[in-house]
Parts: sequence; C-alpha cells; structure tokens
Amino acid sequence: MLANGMIGAPAWAEISFDERMATVEFRVSERAHIEVDSDVCRSCTTKACVTACPANLFAPTSDGGILFNYEQCFECGTCYLVCNSEGAITWSYPDGGHGVVFRHG
Amino acid sequence: MSLDAVVVGAGPAGSAAALALARAGRSVVLVERGPFPGAKNVYGGVVYGRVLDDVIPRWWDEVPVQRWVVRRSTMVLTDEQAITLDLRSQAWGAEPYNGMTVFRADFDSWLAGHAVAAGARLLTSTVATGLIRDGAGRVCGVRTDRPDGDLPARVVIACDGVNSFLAKEAGLLPRADATHMTLGAKEVLSLPADVIEERFALGPHEGLDIEAIGGTGGLPGGGFLYTNRDSISVGVVVSLTGLAASGRRPEDLIAGFKAHPAIAPYLRGASVKEYSAHLIPEGGYDTMPALAADGFLVAGDAAYMTLAAGIWLEGVNFAIGAGLAAGRAAAEAIASGDVSEAGLGGYRKAMERNFVLKDHKRLRLAPHLVLSERMQQQYTKVICDVAEELFTVTNPAPKPGLLRILLRAIRRRRVRWRDLARDGLDTARTFR
Repeated sequence: MLANGMIGAPAWAEISFDERMATVEFRVSERAHIEVDSDVCRSCTTKACVTACPANLFAPTSDGGILFNYEQCFECGTCYLVCNSEGAITWSYPDGGHGVVFRHG
Repeated sequence: MSLDAVVVGAGPAGSAAALALARAGRSVVLVERGPFPGAKNVYGGVVYGRVLDDVIPRWWDEVPVQRWVVRRSTMVLTDEQAITLDLRSQAWGAEPYNGMTVFRADFDSWLAGHAVAAGARLLTSTVATGLIRDGAGRVCGVRTDRPDGDLPARVVIACDGVNSFLAKEAGLLPRADATHMTLGAKEVLSLPADVIEERFALGPHEGLDIEAIGGTGGLPGGGFLYTNRDSISVGVVVSLTGLAASGRRPEDLIAGFKAHPAIAPYLRGASVKEYSAHLIPEGGYDTMPALAADGFLVAGDAAYMTLAAGIWLEGVNFAIGAGLAAGRAAAEAIASGDVSEAGLGGYRKAMERNFVLKDHKRLRLAPHLVLSERMQQQYTKVICDVAEELFTVTNPAPKPGLLRILLRAIRRRRVRWRDLARDGLDTARTFR
C-alpha cells in the first residue's frame, strides 16, 4: 500500500496533502473495492488516474505499473472513467456502511 | 413477501421517490449504502426548495438550512481580471425563500426522514449489488450485500447517483463515459459567522452564492464560493477529460482558484474543515438515458439530470422533481397492475410536462456552449478586456467608442466571426 500524500502535494499548498485528507472521515473496509491490473497499466502511456484522482490514491511504480490505496477513496469514480485501458481498474462501491463519510458535502 | 418498490439511494431523488410511493400507500424500502443519507454526497451547494412546496408545506420552518441566499454573484475570471454581476434580493431572505445553502449530510437525512415518516423503510449501510430479473428479463428486485440480501419488488427505482451501476446493468447507461462528466472538488473552510457577515455584507441568516466561469487554470470549468453559517464552501468544477489530459491535480486547481486576486481576500484566515470531491453528470438532455425499462425507473444524477447551464447550476431540485414523478408513476403502475416499460411511461410523460425535462430540453445546447474552448478561453477574456478598457481613463487621449473597444478585444483574443455568429445564435436560441 502507498502511504497517502507522498506524491503530488504542491510545495506552495497551505496544508500538506496528509493534513488535507485527515479532514475526511473514512470507515475503512477490510475488502478493497478497487482492483488494479498492473500488467495492463504497463502498456498505458497516459496513466491519467495518477493525477486526476482527487484523493491521490494512485502512484506509478518504477516498472511501469500502478500502486494504489483504496482506504481513503472518495468513491467518485474518476479513476475508472479516465482510465483508457480496458480492464485495468475494476471499481465498485465499498461494502455497506464503509468508506467515505462526508459531513459537509 | 415481495415489496411494491425498492428505491436505491437515499439522496434527493431516492427520498422523494420513496416519499411519493409511501404516501400513495405502497410498501417501499429505501436502500442507502452510506451509514446515513448524504454521507456519500457532495455538491456545491445551493438547494432551491420551490419543488418542495406541494410536498412538505412550510418546509422552510424545519429544513436544516445554513443560510438563505440573498446575494448571487456571477463572475467571469481571467488570470488577472474579474467582472461580476452581483444581484441582491431581500425577498429571497424571507418566506417562501429561493435558494439555501445546506450540507448534504443534513439535508439528505432530513428529506429521507420525511420518506420514513410517510411509511418508507430506510435500510442504511446497504449496497444494492445488482438487479434481480425474472425469466423474461424484467427487473423484479435488487440484490444487496446484507446476509439475507435479496429484496424482491415489483418496481425498482435507481437513484444510485452519477456512477449508477444499476442503470448500467439495466443497459440504460454506458459502462464508462467520461466525456459528459465534470469533477467537482471542494473545500469547506471554517470562518466565524460574524466575519462571514462582515466580509460578504450579509445579515445573520443571509448567504452569498458566487459562481465563476474561468479561474480553473485554463481547464474548461469554473469555480464557486458559497457561505454556510460558520464556514464557506469553495472549489472548482472541471471537465473530467480536460482534467485527465492536463495532468493537473484537483487540489492544485482549488488552490489556484483560491489564489485568484478576486477570491483570495475572501478566504483570509479560513482553515480547511473538510476536503471532498464528486463527479457531476453535466451533459444535459442529449446525454440522458432512457428513463424506464420493465420494472425499472431511473432518476436524479443516475439519469444525468443535473442542470449545468452556465447561469443556472441546479441539481438537487431536479433530482427531487424526478424522484417525485418516478414515485408517483410507479405507484400508479403498481395500482393498475402493469409495471412494464409502457406501464411506467407516466414517469416520462409527467416530466415532459414539468420543469425537469422542459428545462433540460430547452437548455440542451447550454452545457456544450459553457464548456466550449471559445467560451472558456476567448469570450471570457473579450468580456473582461472590454470592461477594463471601458473604465480605463486614457487622458489625454479621448475615450474610445464601445464598438472600437469591442472590435479591438475580439481581434486581440483571436475570436473568429464565424464562431461568434454561430455561438451567438446558439446562445440566443438556448436562453431566449
């Protein structure tokens, strides 16, 4: 698992990405609701999920694959919609009662 | 024992549908995957409550409102310019009110409470994992992730949001289509109520709604700022395909909007209380799916019913309007014993008569116009340039005429006359 916030946080942001994500409540499920087939990702030239995911859950690996974290997911669906490689990202909802809990959405 | 109806998703569409079914005396279960209604939902946000007048009389006495919107500012932003149309109406701050800021956790729970009070059964922390079909392929219930998971029902109403896996399974929506989606990314920032009221020229219960075109680092989209009681919601809405192609990060785009010289001073001293993001189906009328199949209806974001027409950005009211119509049509179909696609046809007919499809149909060209490269990159700059030049005093040179200023701005921003004529015509046709 990738520790969240280790990539992509801009130097000039007023808070770190970790602090940003710490404002959100997550009831983490045992079961991962995201699956990534890194074999498919290796042939992907865009890897749009890496930058577009608002929770910064996807990180490229040195061998061209993708590491991901499902635990702090907003459940928005951006990742599978911007993915241009059929079957690379399998995405469903977390089990009932789990996942993100927005208080001020 | 089979239910009359299962409604999936206790957002505005689902709760309205369940409320209508329960009031018609039908047995209905409202399934919600979050621990409470609204837990999974994010919007700007303002709710326009007029659609509730007939359903919950004097709803404004009990709705969990943050502030009543009395100021509405529409902004056009370039990197260093802003032009604002600022409307204030004290009538909006009194009964029967117009728009209100609310948090979805509060509002969606409140509306679901009305469905429950009318007799609907609310099942939270439950995911509808798929459709149950009979031998002829008609939808006759949903499967859930509960141990005794199946919920057989005569009608299923899918109000399961922008990713609607049920509408996809029913074949009404494509599996994945990013082209008509935008991503909204938002921060709720703490700010004391008295500071908000001083900073935005508001009374104790009054609110401001700022909607901006531009300010998104060149990506098609816009920004927003809404006042809550003791916080403000600020964020951006950008084309999902534009975002993906740009390689920009959503939180950087929020930071860029917050740093705009016309926005930054409003946010001084405010600290992040919650960060959130959600997809918005902005394609409008031409991207909506078929709304019914045998035993099955779809409403709200699941049917791409958010109205993103530039000066009008509405969604919750459209979801409620659609949910009510779906619930009523389902109740009638159940009573008549025909829940086939044809038997449920009253849903679409009702919506062709009310605002939901009438507004969407009339404004069908608007989403495309608003997010077009020309609107975003050229016209906004022309508007700001013209205003700036008009009010820049050039002494000792005499003031140039408005036409000359306009022509110069059009030339500077490389607007093509053919595009301008076509977009002007489309705009006139759309908003007439």
